[in-house]
Amino acid sequence: MSDLVLYARAFWGLLIRDTVVLRREFIAFAVRTVMNPLMFVFVFTYLFPKMGQAFQNSHGTSFGTLILPGLIAVAIFVQGIMGVALPLSFEIGVSREIEDRVMSPLPVSLVAIEKIVFSALQSLVAALVVFPLIFFIPATPVEVHVDSWLVLIASVLLASLASGAVGLTIGTIVKPQHITLMFGIVVVPITFFGCVYYPWAALHVIPWLQMLVLINPLVYMSEGLRTALTPGTPHMPAWATLGALFLCVVLLGYTGVRGFLNRVLS
Amino acid sequence: MQLGVLFAPDPDCICYTRKSRELFGQNCMHHTATQQTQQDIVSIRGLTKRYAGKVPVDAVRGIDLSVERGELFGLLGPNGAGKSTTIGVCTTRTLPTAGTVTIAGLDVVRTPAMARRRMGVVPQYNTLDRQCTVWENIYFHCRYFGYTSTTANRRAQELLEMFRLSERAKSPVRELSGGLAQRVQIARAIAHQPEILFLDEPSAGLDPQSRLALWDSIRQLIRQGITVVLTTHYMEEADALCNRVAIIDHGVILISGTPEELKRSVGAQKVIHLHLGSENNPQLQPRLTALAGIKAVEPGKDGVRIFVDSLDGLLPKIIEIAGPHLKDVSIAETTLETVFIKLTGRDLRE
Repeated sequence: MSDLVLYARAFWGLLIRDTVVLRREFIAFAVRTVMNPLMFVFVFTYLFPKMGQAFQNSHGTSFGTLILPGLIAVAIFVQGIMGVALPLSFEIGVSREIEDRVMSPLPVSLVAIEKIVFSALQSLVAALVVFPLIFFIPATPVEVHVDSWLVLIASVLLASLASGAVGLTIGTIVKPQHITLMFGIVVVPITFFGCVYYPWAALHVIPWLQMLVLINPLVYMSEGLRTALTPGTPHMPAWATLGALFLCVVLLGYTGVRGFLNRVLS
Repeated sequence: MQLGVLFAPDPDCICYTRKSRELFGQNCMHHTATQQTQQDIVSIRGLTKRYAGKVPVDAVRGIDLSVERGELFGLLGPNGAGKSTTIGVCTTRTLPTAGTVTIAGLDVVRTPAMARRRMGVVPQYNTLDRQCTVWENIYFHCRYFGYTSTTANRRAQELLEMFRLSERAKSPVRELSGGLAQRVQIARAIAHQPEILFLDEPSAGLDPQSRLALWDSIRQLIRQGITVVLTTHYMEEADALCNRVAIIDHGVILISGTPEELKRSVGAQKVIHLHLGSENNPQLQPRLTALAGIKAVEPGKDGVRIFVDSLDGLLPKIIEIAGPHLKDVSIAETTLETVFIKLTGRDLRE
């Protein structure tokens, strides 16, 4: 039997381990996934309209419709940080408990890739958990319309993998003692400039910012989901978001795997 | 359950299921152990490791070393001598700058994943999976090594009984004492039935009772035919356990052989320490050396060390030569520590 079967078995073992650990912590996972979008949707799309302060853009779409894709993108993105970067940084830098998995009988790069894959699975679950909240809570109607299921599935899959790749890269670069700092200087700006609460096209009023945010992977996650779920709002073309997300997966995946190898091998 | 079943043909073992036979083929230890009996299980040739940096460090400088199957081999050396780097290369975690290392005939650089299937590793720090229970640590380890759920479960139960950990099966590993954690680490390391077990500083941080229990576990593994390579700087541990030892310092092997051979290499049966206080008598060393029956005299920490085969009639003469500055005399049998200190010196290491 070929080495590939042995590698596949080890990879499967790693996935089972992560699934068991996640299942045990599902309540914590659900709370951290749900709280941010729940509070956001409740205040801005339920409370504000009730108070007569509803946001509405020039196209007449409700704020709920506008932020639905963005909040799903954030839910997907956050899993990369919470599900991979934080635990990995600790497991490599403090407890060194990653070692038993590194000593598994498969190439070490596959141990890193398993982290990306499992993070992507977490992101998919997070997207499914968050969707009904954002869809049902808003006081104003949320218009979701899927033109192409292929684009939707490709966008969600690539966004989930890209989020895992971001998590792997951060988890292998940032030392555990700098994790809180990383939230302040990396995660917060990524979220606020990730075209979550506004479409990328609306940034044309500040051209330099519109160009600058293009380095942010979350922009393509938000815009990709906007293309797939709310085509009535301004959005980037599907080829651009899918292409950029694919590039993010490849580049950040490569950087993350290299970083992982550098940290666990000497 | 006795350790006796550990490496005996076992119908429950993964290699006895049809699928696993296909899966593991000749890689399974039960099918290869007899074929490679005559072969060194560890073969290190010209191993060099240089850590790059502003000031490059040569941690290992051209080591040649072989470990035979079934041996309990000790790698001794002060801190920073190159022990852990050598083990790191053998266990595929450190990439060598030059040289080759093979484990059970498999090159650790070219086929690291396959080599890992043949070895178990217990690092010098606790690497148990903190998210998991004791049982899960062993169970998932088996899953990583291709065991089915049923076989992994059975194997985990076996090992928990074997290492008297059954009552702790559901305990989170965070709650374990150092000695218990070490036992779980060893149980986990041998769960996939490796041919060789590497133990890096296994006694570090253990209380005396846990250390003795660890020694018992190691001896039992040896009785079952598993090869053990350990690093330590506890000389009594090496003396009590190892068939063969090598002393390493500054990245080179200074000497290797059985503990008895190493002790004989000192060329004396006993060591007399003369504690002389601060006064320095330049005539002392030549006068002592001139005495019949004295093998060697070396400066010690606060006096001199005299190597002799027998004390007969020598002690009064030595005391007379030492004169009024003599503060104390102590006499010891030659031990591995004598060899170690003689070769590596008394300088304090980082």
